[in-house]
Amino acid sequence: MNGHAFTLCGAALVARPTGALWWSQHRLLCVSDLHLGKSERMARRGGGLLPPYETRDTLDRLSRDIDAMNPDVVVCLGDSFDDLTAAAQVEAEALPHLSRMMAGRRWIWIEGNHDPGPVAMGGEHHAEFRLGKVTFRHIAQVGLATDEAEISGHYHPKHRISGPARPCFLIDGCRTVMPAYGTYTGGLSAQAAPLADLFGKDGIAVLTGTSRAIAVPLRRPRTAPRRQAGWR
Amino acid sequence: MTDLPAPIARWFDDRGWSIHPHQHAMLERADAPATLLVAPTGGGKTMAGFLPTLAELARDPRPGLHTLYVSPLKALAADIRRNLTAPVAEMGLPIRIEDRTGDTRPTARKRQRADPPHILLTTPESLALLTSYEDAPRIFAGLQRVIVDEIHALAESKRGDQLMLGLARLSTLCPDLRRVGLSATVEDPPAIARLLARNPDPCEIVTADPGPAPDIAMLDTDAAPPWYGGGGRYAIAEVLEQVRQHRTTLIFHNTRAQAEIFFHALWLANDDDLPIGIHHGSLSREQRERVEAAMVAGELRAIVATGSLDLGIDWGDVDLVIQIGAPKNVKRLVQRIGRANHRYNAPSKARLLPANRFEVVECIAALQAVEAGDLDGEPRGPGPRDVLCQQILITACAGPFDADALYAEVTSAGPYVGLDRAAFDACIEFCATGGYALRAYDKWQRLLQRPDGLWQLRDPRSAQRIRMNIGTIQDTDTLKVRMRGRNGAPLGEVEEGFAATLTAGDTFLIGGQIVRYENLREMTVVVSRDASATPRIATFMGTKFATSTQLSERILDLLNRDRWPELPRHTAEWLALQREVSVMPRADRLLIESFLHDGRAHTCIYGFAGRNAMQTLGLLVTRRMEVAGLHPLGFVASDYATLIWGLDPVEDPAPLLTGGEMREDLDGWLAENAVMKRTFKASAVIAGLIERNTPQARKSGRQATFSSDILYDTLLRYDPDHLLMQITREEALRGLVDFGRIDEMLTRIDGRVQHVTLDRLSPLAAPLILEIGRVPVQGAGRERLEAEEAARLMAEAGLDFD
Repeated sequence: MNGHAFTLCGAALVARPTGALWWSQHRLLCVSDLHLGKSERMARRGGGLLPPYETRDTLDRLSRDIDAMNPDVVVCLGDSFDDLTAAAQVEAEALPHLSRMMAGRRWIWIEGNHDPGPVAMGGEHHAEFRLGKVTFRHIAQVGLATDEAEISGHYHPKHRISGPARPCFLIDGCRTVMPAYGTYTGGLSAQAAPLADLFGKDGIAVLTGTSRAIAVPLRRPRTAPRRQAGWR
Repeated sequence: MTDLPAPIARWFDDRGWSIHPHQHAMLERADAPATLLVAPTGGGKTMAGFLPTLAELARDPRPGLHTLYVSPLKALAADIRRNLTAPVAEMGLPIRIEDRTGDTRPTARKRQRADPPHILLTTPESLALLTSYEDAPRIFAGLQRVIVDEIHALAESKRGDQLMLGLARLSTLCPDLRRVGLSATVEDPPAIARLLARNPDPCEIVTADPGPAPDIAMLDTDAAPPWYGGGGRYAIAEVLEQVRQHRTTLIFHNTRAQAEIFFHALWLANDDDLPIGIHHGSLSREQRERVEAAMVAGELRAIVATGSLDLGIDWGDVDLVIQIGAPKNVKRLVQRIGRANHRYNAPSKARLLPANRFEVVECIAALQAVEAGDLDGEPRGPGPRDVLCQQILITACAGPFDADALYAEVTSAGPYVGLDRAAFDACIEFCATGGYALRAYDKWQRLLQRPDGLWQLRDPRSAQRIRMNIGTIQDTDTLKVRMRGRNGAPLGEVEEGFAATLTAGDTFLIGGQIVRYENLREMTVVVSRDASATPRIATFMGTKFATSTQLSERILDLLNRDRWPELPRHTAEWLALQREVSVMPRADRLLIESFLHDGRAHTCIYGFAGRNAMQTLGLLVTRRMEVAGLHPLGFVASDYATLIWGLDPVEDPAPLLTGGEMREDLDGWLAENAVMKRTFKASAVIAGLIERNTPQARKSGRQATFSSDILYDTLLRYDPDHLLMQITREEALRGLVDFGRIDEMLTRIDGRVQHVTLDRLSPLAAPLILEIGRVPVQGAGRERLEAEEAARLMAEAGLDFD
């Protein structure tokens, strides 16, 4: 297993190098910020006509995660669709693909700021979803109850070690912010506000996008020698 | 002799001046559809371009736009306005002269559209914007002449291609438009003439007297230049002494970074407090304008500069040019030398300072080329299609258009004469639907074909977005640098990649001062003053020119002389040692040295194909070594060689380099290469796929956009033959990848590889060991190294809970 295992309020989780989160106790797979239909929305608004392949690419990758883990529950943590019009468009385009993945398992859509309110797709639709001590919601809440853990998305965190910045999980003892899973998604540096303020000294980033998930502390010790970008 | 109108003739007489022969020749050819004037700096070139305009307007000063002047620099447009307005006023001619650039205020722009001046001075980008307005036919009605200044500089980039498409547009609006090009000395004037003229109009070339030969030599220094690196700091004392001895000295560097470091060092050694300034493209406009004003006022004794001063702004009393670092290109050297002494018939004075030992050889070779009048240049390929896509969008902004008519117009422009209809139609298709194999946007096309056959924007509001993204200048993504505090002074810009590596407390040089990185706020790098003597991080990156083919040939020739009386002793001895312990590289074979150094196997390939091509060669060869199980770890490239190190020695290098499959390897390697992605990004922005500027301005921190690399990867996977991928491959071959030069080299050596195994580092390879800009090989080891680094950091932070 190339994922990074960690615990969140006692829940044993794995951050997968694909950007998906696995909770084996409930056989639950969580992905965030799919932004399906992004290129369609850009075109509709009169901007550049982006390559219209991102929905297919995102769903292909999700299929591979689902095939690999065979989850009982899938949680899409909001901003699954780039907007509600895009949702309708994606439904027309990719419904067979989605239906195949959804068949035989519980599928939960969490609302996001891009896709507030229910979409016509099957599955359950929630503003938030709670399992044990863990709450799944789109946008991280400042200040959590002592025995509450939270898994959220929205910010598309990215972080770099010495190579390029990569989408990453941000994790501390009670909170996880998920990387964006969608193909056409940018990122916000893990060191920028407001992400930097959500995580304390013990926060770590888990970089995705390579064959192994790589964990690294968010705050570098001041005394650490600076390394040049690139290797000798 | 053509009679000048009385006020103009009187103005010349009053000053006791007579017009130069080439100015006269331009007057005689005033009615020609196109004329190219080739003249050295200071030859009254601009006046030669404008005299026919002044003569015509003196005879018939009717209102409306008469002459459009286009220059590559905003500053040049403003400079010409000042230099033209004074004589016109003295002649008492009722001629309105105005400039229009990105810096012109909105109210002035509005007025210029409603009531154009007689002479409008502008840039290619501002012209493109003007032609995108619906009222373009009214603005340009009656336009007689267009003058393209510094056309040799524009001809080297996409800005020139865009400008020629713009001129084609103007010729459609004003069929009698006459074109004039003003060029510095170039190696192939007919090529520039073909670019300028409307196909198939003729274009006569007028060549001005080149003036006396320049006084050019090496700058003598006490110390020998260092073995590696750039910047020329070892000769600060000598340079300062030259500055003292001359009225005004221009000190040219090849990169902004080197200019900054040198300026800083110069300032520390400047005990006499001589007024010295710095000027380069990364400084803020305010800073540059301050330096320009001081220069014009004659207040500066020296100015440290880069290419931003290459073009013909009149700086007055420059009497010495010092070129620091090898000039890489003889033509650019000649043009830079021309900046000294802006007076006709006075020799320009220039001194060359090699920055390292190898550059001594290159500088001498360049001097010999200047003496021989042997200029160099790489011919440019046909007009790139990303620029054409932008032109199609610009045309659509101005109103509905007919594809047949636009095709005829486009192919009348020099760079696009050979464009076939299918290639043109593919560009229309790209602009209309995106041109993807998967037809997803039928409903949301950008351009629609109307029932009457004309093309138009689907949503008229997109005209604003297109106009915001006009232009082809491929600046890297940069972030502004600002001093801390409310209303902190703007200092300039650094590359985004450099900014990303900064952590609080890091120091770097900008605008000649050391600053300390504080934080990143709303896409601005906030810094504070720092008292430390040396910046910890050198400075930001800069573009690196490659040594031209012709200059490389001269260098190889020089290396293979029996003795080197023209070289300083330190350099001659170094070369003699190379001949003794190894062999000298030659043009007709490829020298490869293998040796053990620092416990690693090293292989040095002397290709002499220029930095970009040698870099590409390094990537290709290490890729083959990886396949052959030789465990390459990295390489570094210079203009003349590529040095590769790895775990296993290369026993037989020939198969790594020879022949046919190199090209296939290139295609395979190119696909996932970062250079390719950078090239894609530039073309995608120009072609209008990615919008650099959007109406909802860049928001703080949060990236609304995503990396263009993602688009590239997506197209590579799902639509590898898409128009933009084709354009990217074409661009990469001639630009940063420069495979053409590798091809040339392989042809030149024709399979003759000379492999020498040494027991240690060779004299010629030694500088490369110290060279910066090492490239790690993207092998399997890369991820492991990253994981190890992460594990170390985790352990250090006490977070290794695995």
